Amino acid sequence: MAECHPVGFQWVMEAKERGAKIIHVDPRFTRTSAMADLHVPIRAGSDIAFLGGIVNHILENGREFRDYVRHYTNGPVIITEEFADTEDLDGFFSGWNSDDGAYEIDSWRYADTEQEAAAGKKEQEGDVSGEQAHGVHGITLNKGEPPETDPDMEHPRCVFQLLKRHYSRYTPELVEQLCGVPREQFLEVAETLCENSGRERTGAFCYAVGWTQHTVGVQYIRTAAIIQLLLGNMGRPGGGILALRGHANIQGSTDIPTLYNILPGYVPMPHPESEGRLDHYLENNAPKTGVWGNLDSYLISMLKAWWGDAATEENDFCFDWLPKIDGDHSIYSVFDRMLDHKVKGFFAVGQNPAVGSANSKLHRLALANLDWLVVRDLPEIETASFWLDSQEIETGELTTEEIGTEVFFLPAAAHTEKDGNFTNTQRLLQWHSKAVEPRGDCRSDLHFFYWLGRKIRDKLGASEEERDRPIQQLTWDYPLVGPHQEPDAEVVLREINGFDSDWNLLPKYQELKTDGSTACGSWIHCGIFKQGANQSARKKPGREQDWVAREWGWSWPANTRILYNRASADPDGKPWSERKKYVWWDEDEGQWTGADHPDIGPADKRPDYVPEDDDATAIDALRGSAPFILHPDGLAWLYAPAGIVDGPLPTHYEPHESPVENPLYGQQQNPVRQRFHRPENPYNPTGAELGAGVFPYVITSYRLTEHHTAGGMSRGLPYLSELQPELFCEISPALAAERALEHGGWATIVTVRTAIEARVMVTDRVRPLRVEGRVVHHIGLPYHWGKRGLVTGDTVNDLFPLVLDPNVHIQEVKAATGDIRPGRRPRGKALLDLVEGYRQEAGVAA
Amino acid sequence: MTALGYGAEAKPRKGFFTDTSICIGCKACEVACKEWNHVPDDNSGFSGHSYDNTLQLDANTWRHVAFVEQRKPLGVDAAAESLVEAAHLNEIAEREGVETYQEDGGIRWLMASDVCKHCTHAACLDVCPTGALFRTEFETVVVQEDVCNGCGYCVTACPFGVLDQREDDGRVWKCTLCYDRLKDDMEPACAQACPTNSIQFGDLDELRERAEKRLEKFSAAGVEEARLYGADEEDGVGGFGAFFLLLDEPEVYGLPPDPVATTRHVGHVWTAALAAAAALGAALAGAVMGGRR
Repeated sequence: MAECHPVGFQWVMEAKERGAKIIHVDPRFTRTSAMADLHVPIRAGSDIAFLGGIVNHILENGREFRDYVRHYTNGPVIITEEFADTEDLDGFFSGWNSDDGAYEIDSWRYADTEQEAAAGKKEQEGDVSGEQAHGVHGITLNKGEPPETDPDMEHPRCVFQLLKRHYSRYTPELVEQLCGVPREQFLEVAETLCENSGRERTGAFCYAVGWTQHTVGVQYIRTAAIIQLLLGNMGRPGGGILALRGHANIQGSTDIPTLYNILPGYVPMPHPESEGRLDHYLENNAPKTGVWGNLDSYLISMLKAWWGDAATEENDFCFDWLPKIDGDHSIYSVFDRMLDHKVKGFFAVGQNPAVGSANSKLHRLALANLDWLVVRDLPEIETASFWLDSQEIETGELTTEEIGTEVFFLPAAAHTEKDGNFTNTQRLLQWHSKAVEPRGDCRSDLHFFYWLGRKIRDKLGASEEERDRPIQQLTWDYPLVGPHQEPDAEVVLREINGFDSDWNLLPKYQELKTDGSTACGSWIHCGIFKQGANQSARKKPGREQDWVAREWGWSWPANTRILYNRASADPDGKPWSERKKYVWWDEDEGQWTGADHPDIGPADKRPDYVPEDDDATAIDALRGSAPFILHPDGLAWLYAPAGIVDGPLPTHYEPHESPVENPLYGQQQNPVRQRFHRPENPYNPTGAELGAGVFPYVITSYRLTEHHTAGGMSRGLPYLSELQPELFCEISPALAAERALEHGGWATIVTVRTAIEARVMVTDRVRPLRVEGRVVHHIGLPYHWGKRGLVTGDTVNDLFPLVLDPNVHIQEVKAATGDIRPGRRPRGKALLDLVEGYRQEAGVAA
Repeated sequence: MTALGYGAEAKPRKGFFTDTSICIGCKACEVACKEWNHVPDDNSGFSGHSYDNTLQLDANTWRHVAFVEQRKPLGVDAAAESLVEAAHLNEIAEREGVETYQEDGGIRWLMASDVCKHCTHAACLDVCPTGALFRTEFETVVVQEDVCNGCGYCVTACPFGVLDQREDDGRVWKCTLCYDRLKDDMEPACAQACPTNSIQFGDLDELRERAEKRLEKFSAAGVEEARLYGADEEDGVGGFGAFFLLLDEPEVYGLPPDPVATTRHVGHVWTAALAAAAALGAALAGAVMGGRR
C-alpha cells in the first residue's frame, strides 16, 4: 500500500502511531513491509490457503463474534441436501458439468428455495455476464426470510457447519506447507486479528491487485469477507475490506461503469433472453426483497435520463434501445476475437494494452488485425505506436508495410485540465476543478465522447431507421462552456443526481419512481446535487467537523461513509460497545441516529420490525435487524448461494502455472478458470506435468511507487523516470547463486510466450520459501516499461499467460512460472529461436 | 534566536525536522523539490543501490531519499521461543545449503530523506568569496545563483558534501529551504508533498521540542538505536537548521557521525601560524644575532 498508494498510506501510518498493529502479507518485502509491525512472506498464489487457515483458526477455537454471525450473516441458513463440497468431490463442488467446463448452481441454493440460474440458463458458464451477473438478483425469498435456519448453528447442513467442515484441513501445518509461512508466524497473524475484533475492537483488510490478478481472484476477496464477517468487522468503524484500486478513479469507473456488463449503479446489462421487454428483464433480474427490489425505479429513471420525453410507459421507456450482451465481451475476449479479424475498430482510452495486458505480445499482434484504432492518451503510448516500434517488428513477426490498421492518436487532457470527480476506495467522491485549459488539441474524455456523439447524430440526420433512434433521441443538451465548447461537467452531475418532473433535484434514491416521473443517471448517486449544491465539491477541513467528517466530499449512497452501518449496533439497535458506537436506535426519538447516515432505508424503521405482510417488497420485506440490505435476505453471505461461477465457498487451487502440486485435491487449478487456447498464448507445463521443471520459478509482477502502471503517465516525466530508470528483476541471493546471476548485471527471464531482459537486483527482500518440502524461489518483476518514453525497457507482461478469473475476467499476472538465466536476451529472430528451444524442452507446441 | 543583521526584519529561525521513522520512501519530496525549484533532471541509470537511483545530494538533487537494507538478527523473544526449532532448521539449512525465510531472522529497510543541513556555523558561507552564499532572515543558508562565480570553495568546505557544482555552468546549487516560498508564508515544497509528515517544517525551537518528545517515545519503547542527529547546538556545526531522527548510526545512512565545520578551527590555525611565525622569527633572529656573536 505504501508502494502503490503512498498518499492513502498516510492514514495507515497515523493508525500505527495511535497503536494499530500493521501486518503485511506479500511475497516480497516492500516499502509497506518496512513500515509494518509484521511482514509475512507468502508464496504467490497461495492466499486462500492462508486466509482459509485463519477461518479455520477462528472456527476451531470459537473466536467468532457469535452474536454478529448468528444475526447478521447466513451462518444459520440451511443449505439443500443436494449440495456437495470440494472436500467430498476432490476439488469440485456439486453441479460440475465436465462437458461445458462449468457449474450448474441449483444444488448450491438455500434449502426449500428455488433458484433460477443466470438469465434462464441452466448453468453459469465461464462467460456468464449481464443479467444476474450479481448474485443478489437471482434469489427469491418470501418476506426476505431463508426458509430453513438453525439459530444455534448446529445443524450439519447450516452454513456455519459447512464452513467449519470445508476449512477443517486448513491447519497451521497446511499453511506452513503450502504457503511457506512458518506456523508460529501464521498463528501470530490469526491471533492478532482475533484479538482486535469483537465488541470493543475492529480490524480492517486492505488489498489491491495483488489479490485480484489471479484465476481465483474473486475467491481471495470472498475469503477475506468470511473472516471479517466471522469476526464482526463489517459495517463498523475501523473494520471493512478496502479495495485499493489500480488508478485514481477506478472505483468511479465501476460505479458509473466503463464495464461492458453493467449499467450505472451496478444495474445488470440486458441479455437477449429478455427479448427487449422490460417486464421480462425485471422478472429475471429484480429480487422481490431488499434494496434491489426497486430495480424497476432505478432503471426506468435511468432510461428517462437518457431519452427524456421519448421514453414513455407505452414504449417500455425505450428499454429495447439498450444494447444487449450475450456473453463475455470483456477486454480479453475482444482481443481474442481481434486476433481472428472479427473486430474492426477499437478505442483505447487511457489504456495501454500493448504494455499493460497479460501476454501483451498477443495484444500487439491483434492490434495489427484491426481496420482502425483510436488511442486517447497523454503521450503517444506503445498501443498507438505498435506498428512502428514493437518488438514484433524487430523479430520479423510484423512488418510495418503490411499492417493495415489505421491509427488515430488523439491527445487527452489531464485531470488538472478538466472538471470532474474522483471516487476513491470508500466510495467517496471528491470534485476537482479545472486549473488550466488543455493545450493544443488535448481534450477531456467528456468533450471527446460528447462531440463524437453529436457528430454521429448529425450524420444520421433525419434518418427514419429504427436502429438510429437511440442516438437521435439522446437528451444530450448540456450547456457548452469555455474556448473548446466543453459540456458543463456539473450539469452532467446534476443529471446523474436526477430530477422530478418539475426539474427539482432529487434528494435521495428512495424517491425514484416507476411511472417515468423521475429521471436519474445513476441511482446510487442520487442526492449528490441535492438542494442545488454539488455535494462532492465540499471541502470543509476535517478539523472543523466531527471525526467522520461527512462534509468533505460525498459518498454514495446518501453520503453514507460506512456501508451496512446498521451492523455497528446489536440486533436491538444498541451499540455493540461504547468504544465502537457508530449508528444506533434512539427509542425516544423513534429513529436511527449516530455519526453517519444510518444505512437501513427509512430512518424510523424499528430494530424489532418484522414484515407482517406476505406482499411486503423491497426494503419493507427485510427485518429491522437486517443490516445487509442490498441482499434479498438482508444477511451477509458467508456462503454465496448464487452470483459466483466458481463455487459458493473459496477453496485453494494452485495458479494456472505453478511449480507445485495442489496438496488438497486431485484438481490442480480452478476448474472454471478462463483459458484461451491458441498458438499466440501457449501455457507453461505446471505442477506434476512433464516439462514443468523447465520453468521452476514463480514469477510475479508488480508496481513501484515511482511509476504508474503501464508507464503512459510516468515514463515521459523526467523527474519520475530518473528515480526508476530501468526494468529490473528482484531475486534472492540464493537464486542468484543458483543461476550465477550478478547483482547489477543482466538477466533473461523466459516463459513459453517469450523472453525479456532486465537488470538484476539481488536482495534479501526476496526470500526463498520452503513449500511442500522444497525451496521455491520468486522472481519479482515491476512492469512499468515499454518501448517509448524517456526510460525504456522490455515489457514484463509479455511473459504472462492469458488466463483469467472466470467471474470478472481478470488476468493472472501475480503468479506464473518462468526460468531465469544470466545475460541479455538475443535480438531479432534469435529471440524466437531461444523461446522455441524452451518450448521444445518443455514439450509445448506453439 | 533571530538572524543577525536583519534587525526588525529578522524572523524566527526556520528549519526541517525529518523524522525518518515514518518515511515510506515514496520520494515525493525529491520530485516536489525539483518541480518547484526547476532543478534539472539527472538520470544516471540503474544504480543497484536498493531503490535509490539518485544516490546523493548534489547540484541537481536537493532532497535525496536513502534506502538502506539491513539484515536484522531475530529478536531475543523470538529466539528464546524457538531455539530447538532453530537448531533443527539449521540442520536443514546445512544439508541443503540454502537459507529460507524460515531459517533467517528478517530484515529492515531504512528510508531517510536527506537535505542541506542549514548549519548554525556554515563553513560554506564562511569561505564564499563573492557573498553568493548568505544567511537569510530565516537563518537559512542560500546560494544566490546570480552572484555565484563557480569558484567551488564551498564544495570542499561542506562537511556533508552537500554543495556541488553543475557540470554545464559551474555554479553551485543546493536546497534553499524554498526561500521564495518562505517569503510568501508557504512551507517548502518537500514538506508540503510528504504524505506521512516525515518532513516537518516550522520554527526550529518548536521542532526541536517536538523531536525530543518523539525520541522519548522511542526510548520508552526500548528502541535504543533511535537518536536525533543535528539537534545539538554544541556539535561541530552548532546544530543543524534541518535535523533528523535516525533509527541507526548516522554512518548507516551515509552521514558523517561527528560533522565539524571545516572553518571552525581557522582561528586556531591562524593563531598557531602566528605563533609558529613568531617562533621562527625569534629563532632566525637568534641565529642572526648568534651569528653576529
